[in-house]
Amino acid sequence: MEILMAFVIGILFMTATYLMLSKSLLRIIVGTGLLSHGAHLLILTMGGLKRGAAPILGGNAENYTDPLPQALILTAIVISFGVTAFFLVLAYRTYQELGTDNVEEMRGTEKDD
Amino acid sequence: MTNLIILPILIPLFTGVILIFLNKRITGQRVVATISSISTMIAAGLIVQKVRTDGIQFLNMSSWDAPFGITLVSDMFSALLVLTTSLISFVCLIYSFKSIGEEREKYYYYAVFNFLLVGVNGAFTTGDIFNLFVFFEVMLMSSYVLLVLGGTKIQLRESIKYLLVNVISSALFVIAVAYLYSVVGTLNMAHISSRINEISVNGMPGILTVIAVLFLIVFGLKGAIFPLYFWMPGSYYAPPTPVLALFGALLTKVGVYSITRTYTLFFYHDIEAFGILSILAILSIVFGVIGAIAYWDIKNIIIYNIIIAVGVILYGVSVMNIASISGAVYYLIHDMIIKAALFLLIGIVIKITGTSNLRNMSGLITRYPGLGWTFFIASLALAGIPPLSGFVGKLLIVQGGFEGESFIGGFITLMSSLLVLFSVMKIFINGFWGKDRIYSGEEKAPVKQLLIAPVILVVISAFYGIGTESILPYITQAAHTLINPNLYIDAVLKE
Repeated sequence: MEILMAFVIGILFMTATYLMLSKSLLRIIVGTGLLSHGAHLLILTMGGLKRGAAPILGGNAENYTDPLPQALILTAIVISFGVTAFFLVLAYRTYQELGTDNVEEMRGTEKDD
Repeated sequence: MTNLIILPILIPLFTGVILIFLNKRITGQRVVATISSISTMIAAGLIVQKVRTDGIQFLNMSSWDAPFGITLVSDMFSALLVLTTSLISFVCLIYSFKSIGEEREKYYYYAVFNFLLVGVNGAFTTGDIFNLFVFFEVMLMSSYVLLVLGGTKIQLRESIKYLLVNVISSALFVIAVAYLYSVVGTLNMAHISSRINEISVNGMPGILTVIAVLFLIVFGLKGAIFPLYFWMPGSYYAPPTPVLALFGALLTKVGVYSITRTYTLFFYHDIEAFGILSILAILSIVFGVIGAIAYWDIKNIIIYNIIIAVGVILYGVSVMNIASISGAVYYLIHDMIIKAALFLLIGIVIKITGTSNLRNMSGLITRYPGLGWTFFIASLALAGIPPLSGFVGKLLIVQGGFEGESFIGGFITLMSSLLVLFSVMKIFINGFWGKDRIYSGEEKAPVKQLLIAPVILVVISAFYGIGTESILPYITQAAHTLINPNLYIDAVLKE
């Protein structure tokens, strides 16, 4: 199972890198979204994919799952959700103001402002 | 256990929330922000005294015992940085009153300013590696808003790049934490350190070197070390002066703090990672110096000086003996104070002249002697002329470097001071000396009121240099904890 997850994460990272190297701002944002998905899956996989009961005291089960990676993912998802939302708004405002979503045209030096 | 150490996080947090509701009452916002800033400063001062008398302080959140819950830890290093942060934020706040403009004040400038402090103070205080990530995000999110607030073209354009760089580095941070968790199975920094110590008895496993380098990339992106500083000159160029001063003085230093913390606490076995750190630090100095000399734009000159300082501090950390670490701690605090002062000063210069190009200004000292001489003293302090504050830190770092038989690094650090002096004197000679000019828009600049803030910082910096004798015990205590990670581990875990 971990091997399969490793491939999934690898494909996510690969796609994210490809998208982030493109010139369109929207593709870049989708790329960052995929990158953070890959990172979140990585946390889950690195914690070990165990099957077991909920980690509650007195459950008397044989195995317990590790609650920590899940807590970490939850936090990380919320954060990346917020950042992505901000990024989209910023991209839209930038498009309105600069009239382009091509990052090649955002290459500027201080002099031309 | 003491609740005191959470105050520098809680006070700005609640202030930020209150300020959101006061958004249209500018005077009210200013009063609340000032009161909160002063009380944060008092709390930070109390923490420093407490740590001085009683040793490392910690707080287990919600009373979950140390390795299981989230722990806040205040050793001397982080206590001093929190104190410096609250001092600088207070000064930047006073400066903002006269320079940031009503529009930004109405649109939550002070609220976001306080949220930024939550992130910075939290990152300095936390004792949990994932919590460090969360506070980083709080800090970054506020910095995005501060960077883009105002919405001019250059701000929007640079914010996009800044945000993209930081989103990628945050993903790398999560990845690094995931790897670290898979190896040691814990997130508490003291616990991680003791477990790494256990598994490193027969030499450090290779995966830990990978994690060390990943952390170096993540924090290096924030702290702007050599190959990773590419985003900084562009992004820091965009925002208004008080924000620039905050970013230059605080944000990069959070990266430096995190590198110092993780390397001295987790990876002190790892000679290879320290070797990489040392090389990158020296290269940062070299490339920073090249940038600082090459530019004729005063903002860019000071921005490249940040990279030099980061290199000097991290070089001190990488040598890892008591003299060099004391020097690094001393120089870190010095640099936070003096960089904030310099950014605020060139902010005034830009306000008067309406340009940041050195070729379009001259003769400022005839009509603004106070500004000129404050800048002069600040630049001497930056270069490390005794008795000002830069001298002692650099002396200790160079001494540590030579003791650790790292002669090239020590020599480059020494030489860099000379070129730093040249880069800031270039501003002084071309901008302040020479023929007096008339600038359009000059009358509007409230120079006297603006000058209060940087003068406070320069005076503090002068006392920091002259009063080294009384400050050094604090610095040595901080360095002592950094050199002996067991002190940190024992304080957090054995109670």
